[in-house]
Amino acid sequence: MSKPESVIIDLSPHFEVGAKQALQNTQLRRNMGKATQTIRAKRAAVVDEMQEWESLRVAGQHIKDDVMRNLDTYLIQLEAAVLRAGGHVHWARDAREANQIVTQLIQQAGAQEIIKVKSLTTDEIRLNEALHDAGITAIETDLAELIIQLANEKSSHILVPAIHKNRAEIRALFQKAMNLPDLTDEPVALAAAARQYLREKFMSVRVATSGANFAIAETGSVCVVESEGNGRMCLTMPDVLISIMGIEKILPRWDDLSVFMQLLPRSSTGERMNPYTTIWTGVHEGDGPREFHLVLLDNGRSDVLADTVGRQTLHCIRCSACINICPVYERTGGHAYGSVYPGPIGAILTPQLVGTAHASSLPYASSLCGACYDVCPVRINIPEVLVHLRGKVVAEKQATITGTLAPENIGMKTIAHIFRHPTLYEVAQKSGRLAQYFFVHDGYIEQGPGPLASWTKMRDFPAMANQSFREWWRERKHNDTHKS
Amino acid sequence: MKIALFITCFNDTIFPNTGKAVVEILERLGHEVVFPEAQTCCGQMHFNTGYQSEAMPLIRQFVQTFSAYDVVVSPSASCTGMVRDMYRLAAEVHHDIGLADAVNQLARNVYEFSELLVNRLQVTDVGAYYPHRVTYHPTCHSLRGIRVGDAPEQLLRAVRGIDYVPLNCGSECCGFGGTFAIKNADTSMAMLGDKVRHILDTRAEVCVAADNSCLMHIGGALHRQRSGVRVAHLAEILVAQE
Repeated sequence: MSKPESVIIDLSPHFEVGAKQALQNTQLRRNMGKATQTIRAKRAAVVDEMQEWESLRVAGQHIKDDVMRNLDTYLIQLEAAVLRAGGHVHWARDAREANQIVTQLIQQAGAQEIIKVKSLTTDEIRLNEALHDAGITAIETDLAELIIQLANEKSSHILVPAIHKNRAEIRALFQKAMNLPDLTDEPVALAAAARQYLREKFMSVRVATSGANFAIAETGSVCVVESEGNGRMCLTMPDVLISIMGIEKILPRWDDLSVFMQLLPRSSTGERMNPYTTIWTGVHEGDGPREFHLVLLDNGRSDVLADTVGRQTLHCIRCSACINICPVYERTGGHAYGSVYPGPIGAILTPQLVGTAHASSLPYASSLCGACYDVCPVRINIPEVLVHLRGKVVAEKQATITGTLAPENIGMKTIAHIFRHPTLYEVAQKSGRLAQYFFVHDGYIEQGPGPLASWTKMRDFPAMANQSFREWWRERKHNDTHKS
Repeated sequence: MKIALFITCFNDTIFPNTGKAVVEILERLGHEVVFPEAQTCCGQMHFNTGYQSEAMPLIRQFVQTFSAYDVVVSPSASCTGMVRDMYRLAAEVHHDIGLADAVNQLARNVYEFSELLVNRLQVTDVGAYYPHRVTYHPTCHSLRGIRVGDAPEQLLRAVRGIDYVPLNCGSECCGFGGTFAIKNADTSMAMLGDKVRHILDTRAEVCVAADNSCLMHIGGALHRQRSGVRVAHLAEILVAQE
């Protein structure tokens, strides 16, 4: 099968392979542990103070449910509203179409450089690479995105792309890239260096791109929520603004924004309110960009919409609460997921966007602990979708000869067969007891055979009991009958 | 009250003492326990690993075996959650309306052990005596799955002689996750390492939970490290008497 054109940033290793490497990186473990614990505590503090939090979550879920059910209607409504306000609307079936549209628009504006507001959607379609191929330089203006871009690395978190780096590492990077040998690792100094570097770009570059947190169907307004003010610069200073948004980012009514503006900052950065919220509606003479283009991207979303269980994945508002709470992500970091969407949301979104065959290990990158579902501001039942996708992965494997003959498949089928017949099940219990004889020492198996080996290389396994519960039950019943 | 015991394949085969303890406690409280012998496995391992077509007959078999009972109890929060939450998904995905109806009916009657005692039978003191230092790990499926709340802790605090000490970061997963512990053994172990560290910090002799599967995972590491701490199912604490 051909490599999917987007989303996946590194197809080669399965999650467990990338995870194993990451787990050995002590600096990463320390950085990730510290960062996730801090943001979790911040979120918990501002969520716990909201008595109506659960009602807000339900409201968010219902609005998104309505959006997904009536997406076709709302999209047409949004298009009409944007056009009315003097903007332009473009429809992109996939990453390639979206990149073509954006490249052409930049070329028409005669620009060779663009400034970017942090946008996952543009990461998803790999816009920067497409622009590079067309001779256009894209400059990331979000501090963490800039760090990643200067380090020539991939993001490891959707909100805090450089979460895996500490300030000593960032200092070293800036010293080299910005030629600042005397730079210290004080956060203020690092931010000042980035600001100096970026200010020049804000003042001179004429074209900007952004994503969108929300787009309001009834008014045609687009909303970007951010912390640093770089977004406000990009959205107001250039002549031409091109915003690329996934079709699911729509909200029906202006009023709906009130629900999400309460849910998003608290879930995301653990703030009651984020520092900068920019909302614009088309173009206005003498104020902001002279030209506004909205690119509506499908890129697999219609297929996700068609799956009644998987559909809720499209409710995601990219807050990253699930990523921050996830005990797996906390230890492996984001790169192990091999996608621009890491963590629990990535484990369900990536396989649906690119096809489970291309990301078959991701639905298994979870212990199904459910912490993600608990914190999700729009109540996406991530464990349920993970299990659903695992079903698809197995069905796809079982459709091939190698999959049918795989030891796991044969083992699972055999065990299921045994479970279907209580008599056979008891025979298996008895034979298991005999078979374990050679492996058990003092009630434990310390070196197990077959698949058990991957358990026992790190922990002991308890031996099967000499008498099963049902044998005990029968014996007791028998004794009772005899007594009476 | 007549209560049907859903022992789970796991407890039946590896941890029969848990089932014996459940029977003894419920009988001590004056209830009649029955054990439908047609039961084997609820299908959780197959369903959660993606083997849905293999799990479906097990799900139907379970529903058939237990539909006749008004109250079903299981000493596993995880398997209880499978029946209460995942069976619905299984019926939906396989467009089986008959199964969906039967599942709706049955799901209401299936209780995890501590839930049955505290919420349904309104008992917190079962007359237990256990003079040991004990900590409690709220398993993911008891805490976030079926939401037993503090029922297990209420039961533990009512035990005479017990030295109960809360577990730091208790709500975090131990890294078991069924086949996750095999498929992602390294990540699983990284999670387990932290869990074990918190348990050792309590200086408890025993770590208690409502799921033997998670306890098998935690206990596997405690035993490997020769830590001097053991694991026990909640029912095995509650059954102990003077």
